[in-house]
Amino acid sequence: MTGKDFMSALSEKAKINMLKGLIEIRKFEEKSIELYKTGKIRGYLHPCIGQEAIPVGACRAIGRKDYIISNHRGHGHCIARGADIRKIMAELFGKSDGYCGGRGGSMHIADMDLGILGENGIVGGGIPISVGAGLSCKMDDKGNVVLCFFGDGAANNGVFHESLNMSAILKLPVIYICENNMYAISMCSTDSVACEDIGKRSCAYDIPGHIIDGSDPLKVYESVGIAVKHAREGKGPSLIEAKTYRFYGHHPNDPGQYRGKEEVGYYTSQKDPVTNFKRRLLEEKIITAEEIDKIEKRADEKIKDAVIFASESREPDLKKFLRENKQD
Amino acid sequence: MREIEYREAIREAVTEEMDRDREVFLIGEDIGVYQGAFKVYKGLLDKYGPGRVINTPISETAIIGAAIGAALTGYRPIAEIMFIDFAALAMDQIANQAAKIHFMSGGSIDVPLVIRTQGGVGKGLSAQHSQSLESWFYHIPGLKVAMPSTAYDAKGLLKTAVRDNGPVIFIEHKMIYPVKGPVPEKEYTIPFGKADIKRRGRDITILAYANMVLKSLEAAEEMEREGVDCEIIDPRTLVPLDIDAIIDSVKKTGRLLIVSEACRRGSVASDISARVTEKAFEYLKAPVKIVAGLNTPIAYNLALEQASIPQKADILEAVKSIIKK
Repeated sequence: MTGKDFMSALSEKAKINMLKGLIEIRKFEEKSIELYKTGKIRGYLHPCIGQEAIPVGACRAIGRKDYIISNHRGHGHCIARGADIRKIMAELFGKSDGYCGGRGGSMHIADMDLGILGENGIVGGGIPISVGAGLSCKMDDKGNVVLCFFGDGAANNGVFHESLNMSAILKLPVIYICENNMYAISMCSTDSVACEDIGKRSCAYDIPGHIIDGSDPLKVYESVGIAVKHAREGKGPSLIEAKTYRFYGHHPNDPGQYRGKEEVGYYTSQKDPVTNFKRRLLEEKIITAEEIDKIEKRADEKIKDAVIFASESREPDLKKFLRENKQD
Repeated sequence: MREIEYREAIREAVTEEMDRDREVFLIGEDIGVYQGAFKVYKGLLDKYGPGRVINTPISETAIIGAAIGAALTGYRPIAEIMFIDFAALAMDQIANQAAKIHFMSGGSIDVPLVIRTQGGVGKGLSAQHSQSLESWFYHIPGLKVAMPSTAYDAKGLLKTAVRDNGPVIFIEHKMIYPVKGPVPEKEYTIPFGKADIKRRGRDITILAYANMVLKSLEAAEEMEREGVDCEIIDPRTLVPLDIDAIIDSVKKTGRLLIVSEACRRGSVASDISARVTEKAFEYLKAPVKIVAGLNTPIAYNLALEQASIPQKADILEAVKSIIKK
């Protein structure tokens, strides 16, 4: 199957579902920033606003038995994979009904039933784990694959080389998806990466490399689909560099002043995955403005419900925690 | 009972567990045709093939990551770090990933993973191949730490480690590999957190683990001739630690000497000393004493090397000084 076949196989309904995913992630992140600023959410929070097309397009291209590995900016990956936003929100609140019972927080959502092997608080920390998940898929021999999401910052860590090399020599079904949002906290990838495109590093491992516009969910879906097919056929890993942009700072307390106004203006006006995909579906007459309105309202309600769920959830059992950790 | 080498006992544990459970596999550097740096995996590639004896490039982080990922998705890997010194290269995966996933997930996710490695002073391997780094792992909540001193313990503890649902750091000692000891042919396992009294005595408790058990046993023989009856207690696992057995022994003898090859500063020995002092101070007839490694990297030169870790003479001197009090 070529890229074109993948695209024609995508129904109008699937495209509408993708739009729903983009909107839901965007609204979830906006709400989480709001709650962070009011003190309901503590610690660190890394919203993926501006990058939503990557999780949405990528997760659309895999099946129920496949795995994903996420990173610190991972709410979008989890939501796109079908995680329960009520349980994510409860975890952000540190409550007992959260995915981790309040022990993990924003950076440690995992759901084994959905194959979400975990976000990660260590930049690059999930990349070596993808090797093992890929090894499992190979040993199981059922054609399952692993999507491993990480950023441009992680691509400069040594684990990137160890993991891609090992996956390549063992021909593991892992799709490495580098979300190059141009900034590792404050360091621009043009300063931190020796070559122009991280995707070109694929030639070092003799594996397919794709360099794509990460603001377009269909492009992401297409490339990931090709890489997934390659992996399922036993041909090994691929590296996809999805060029994207983090619309805000590293976290809500970071105004992101290391970036020029012109640059921010360009990406937020020209490369907004939500706005652009809405426009595209309207232009292609796949959806009407009223229908989009309905989708947005439904997302708002879903998130409101999640916030109520999180607020009403009990605090973790402190006595139980102290009992489990009694000093001997 | 038949006697086999420590390394053979480890190999037996591995093969028995691989035969018992298809989910167990091996991953590490030079574990294929080379059979491991200490030949622990002799014959295993032929028996199980490259699908279950996975030989890797020199990529410690990716080895541990691969083991974690496989453990998360249904397997029970035994990953090998050739020398404990090289664990430094993989510490993120060990300390931040393997050790914390179960906790961070609210207890819903298990990481059934064994990291086999070996440490301690050998024969002139110098500063980067001779360390005793157990305190690194002892310090990190979420890891279990086993340090067997005999062939019997190595086999029984390793089988338990493989069946454990959490990450276990299994630290062998390079000087014990060729040492033979009785190992029954019938299957057995040894529970974690259960100390073993390697020698019964009434005058002084010597707490030792790994190669220091062997040195302490030699010292105890000599002290017996001088009329001092040493009890040697080997915790076998440092996490969980059988503190009750140590306290019981101290209550009986009233004296405690802790012998460890690791640098003393920030050591497991220091921690056990503090815990015993807190819990059984009123039973002590003399202050707890520690004989441990010097706070120095290990030198290449034989005399400097051996001076850096406890010798039989150091143990004898310490026992005598405690008994006098």
